[in-house]
Amino acid sequence: MNLLIKNGRVIDPSQNIDDTLDVLVENGLVKEIGKKLAAPSGAEVVDAAGKYVVPGLIDMHVHLRDPGLEYKEDIISGTKAAVAGGFTAICCMPNTKPVIDNKTVASYIINKAKAEGFCNVFPVGSITYGLSGDRMSEMGELKESGCVAVSDDGKPVHNSELMMRALQYAAGIGIMVISHAEELELVGEGAMNEGFTSTELGLKGIPRVAEDIATARETMLAEYTGTPIHIAHVSTKGAVRIIREAKARGVKVTCETAPHYFTLTDDAVRGYNTNAKMNPPLREADDVAAIKAGLKDGTIDAIATDHAPHHQDEKDVEFNVAMNGIIGLETSLPLSLGLVTEGILTINQLIEKMSCVPSNILGLHRGSLTVGSVADITLIDPACEWVVEADKLASKSKNSPWLGKKMTGGAAATIVNGKVVYRIE
Amino acid sequence: MTDERTVLMDGAGIKRALTRIAHEVLERNKGVADIVLIGIRSGGVLLAEGIAQQISVIEGGNVPVGAVDITLYRDDCSGQLPHHPVGKTDIPFSLEAKKVILVDDVLYTGRTIRAAMDALMDFGRPKSIQLAVLIDRGHRELPIRADFVGRNVPTSQKENVQVVFDGLNQPIEVVLEK
Amino acid sequence: MAEFKHKHIIALRDLSKEDIELLISTAESMREINCRDIKKVPTLRGKTIINLFYEASTRTRTSFEIAGKRLSADTVNITTASSSTTKGETLADTALNLLAMKPDIIVMRHSVSGSHYFLANKINCSIINAGDGAHEHPSQGLLDMLTMKDRFGRLDGLKVAIVGDVTHSRVARSNIQGLTKLGSKVFLAGPPTMMPPGVEKLGDVTVCRTMNEALQDADVVMMLRIQQERQGKTLMPNAREYSRYFGLNPSNIKLAKPGAIIMHPGPINRGVEMSSSMVDGDQSWILKQVENGVAVRMSMLYHVCGGELGE
Repeated sequence: MNLLIKNGRVIDPSQNIDDTLDVLVENGLVKEIGKKLAAPSGAEVVDAAGKYVVPGLIDMHVHLRDPGLEYKEDIISGTKAAVAGGFTAICCMPNTKPVIDNKTVASYIINKAKAEGFCNVFPVGSITYGLSGDRMSEMGELKESGCVAVSDDGKPVHNSELMMRALQYAAGIGIMVISHAEELELVGEGAMNEGFTSTELGLKGIPRVAEDIATARETMLAEYTGTPIHIAHVSTKGAVRIIREAKARGVKVTCETAPHYFTLTDDAVRGYNTNAKMNPPLREADDVAAIKAGLKDGTIDAIATDHAPHHQDEKDVEFNVAMNGIIGLETSLPLSLGLVTEGILTINQLIEKMSCVPSNILGLHRGSLTVGSVADITLIDPACEWVVEADKLASKSKNSPWLGKKMTGGAAATIVNGKVVYRIE
Repeated sequence: MTDERTVLMDGAGIKRALTRIAHEVLERNKGVADIVLIGIRSGGVLLAEGIAQQISVIEGGNVPVGAVDITLYRDDCSGQLPHHPVGKTDIPFSLEAKKVILVDDVLYTGRTIRAAMDALMDFGRPKSIQLAVLIDRGHRELPIRADFVGRNVPTSQKENVQVVFDGLNQPIEVVLEK
Repeated sequence: MAEFKHKHIIALRDLSKEDIELLISTAESMREINCRDIKKVPTLRGKTIINLFYEASTRTRTSFEIAGKRLSADTVNITTASSSTTKGETLADTALNLLAMKPDIIVMRHSVSGSHYFLANKINCSIINAGDGAHEHPSQGLLDMLTMKDRFGRLDGLKVAIVGDVTHSRVARSNIQGLTKLGSKVFLAGPPTMMPPGVEKLGDVTVCRTMNEALQDADVVMMLRIQQERQGKTLMPNAREYSRYFGLNPSNIKLAKPGAIIMHPGPINRGVEMSSSMVDGDQSWILKQVENGVAVRMSMLYHVCGGELGE
């Protein structure tokens, strides 16, 4: 199946391309990019006029819940949600049941995704065995079986010595360590950000310093060992500052934030909205401003969703009892396009943070439309307007704080390995 | 909306009526012994005070006056309660073996009187309860009649009868609104 | 004519100044019933009230129960010990099951802040909050305000000192919400570990550095209960040191105005929040608070029954 994508605005930051061009895809690879390409016989022609044609978006932080928690999400529904949101590749976190800490689980995910999924799935293995926090997983085997990073996401590696050794060991193997940076004693029983809103709602707060301290520890460990580290879901002003300073000193630290951290504040919790409960929690206006500044000045390298599906029964409960996390795959693109509208990022910078950079951080060999590369391509309609509706979401879970909200922009079509896997009607 | 407003009684007329009621009360009960006046909030309380004043002019001495708020005894509460603010019931004396003169401004369906009598029973067992009203406008829905009436006024159910008080809580007129 | 238009009473934050004034003035009228020989009126005859208590409580539950009974409602008490929650039933399921029995009002106490809002979205009867987590305890706030009004005839312009663990206190939050709406000035004191961030933004609220600062010229001194289990943890060293800095005693009460009253939501830790001489002394209005509790709760029950209007 060959494909000619015509008349789109092709934006590929990896090659500094931003022009109205045609893209020819043959046998799952990018064959040619140029003006007024002729369609080979039998090729499907996609009219991309008015659309952006970009390297397939990559979400480096997704919870697919498969194996073990398929009632929340599985590889099929999760990848379907991914392609509906314009993602051609996603990295799934290891807090499944069983945990991705061995070859069997990693292979299960990769094989099921290849056989039944809609997009590329790259598993992230655990740093510690069973996410126990007390001994290292077999990172070598995890890498060999296809894991692209290790992380204990959902909780930090509390033991600083173990974390330091994990960084050293992972660097030796050549696998990235992704840190969930949080100081657990300071989190305690907290249910939302600590601040005026938590005071008024009478909910126990999680102070921002809980994230700041842990972020500082991670950057110092990376600095001391000279190894790379990636900080997941940065949400505080303090963490942005710490990472900015570490980068300036030459520490090999990268980081990501999620759309909810640059679009929402803890005000969204008012009414005890459990769809605004996540970890790290939604912060305050000055944090949102700092996240935006961090995106703008490059301190924050990537945008990931931390897509965290939860069943209605786990969210439709009293606030303290509700699970942490929201789904994000299908709302990430319009929310992130908002950064372009706001003038925080250029569209080129946005595509870098949603495709090129995640690929580079994890060595995925994606995020580019260079001739000969895998044809993972997203067609973005920057102007379409739509409303987030529970029954139209592809994800099994509907725990989104944006239900009923109007969105601008989204994926017009998603092409994985040269095949159109999603297309808007 | 009120299209037409007729004055049924003026201040002097009301005063004459209250004076007559005071005389009748004394006559019927052979003096002031064991008499207490209980006004129904809010108009009835002011009239009860007026009657008490006349009694003391005629007989000397003071007749105790209390107030009853019937909100908590209404019979239209079984479904959704209306938003009636609750007034204070103020009966700072025992009703046991007393002759209670219950006073209201306008007697209409009789439901208010029923509620007021229920309320009074919660304060003890009076020897008797007699009813005094300034206006009886008819249309009773319960078997209740007044013992002392200032004036009988035939009305239609669409009309509204009101006793108007001035800033000093003195009755100044009774009006019929159509 | 003042009208109460709320179906539920969950937080004083949700009520207007007029709503609060109406609840208090109705409570003043209700109080007369509690002094009669026959302490009962037929107002809520045929109404069913379920007191659903997920946390232990003696006085609040009893007070709501008496309030319901004095208004002739049928009241049923359910406490965690006898409910299905120990069997793992969710709050929503418990509520739906109770609802099938057609109550008119559910009075609930729950340890999770905001649970009542959650419940209000699930069921169609009225809900009264008898305390939720560290959020609000509106009946306590109202009875405290009624008590202050009894003493001073007004709330406007009163200086109210609230001393203790404000962070974990729903009583403090309801008082702050209510008092500041009615024109009182609130001064808070307590260890900084027990003072929630931004609390001064809730209204006319001043956070004081010391207890003495808060007591200075106060009309009302409200002491909050210290939960003994917090001792020796991270919030304070122990009860001994706490009472040295934040306990009310015959010497520091002199800083308040001469006619000041002392209040406490109970139960009191004698010798910790305040010395026994303060609890039992002339300035103590603590038992008056309890007495007012019944009238205030009668007022709340009466008003939530009073409307076809939802929120």
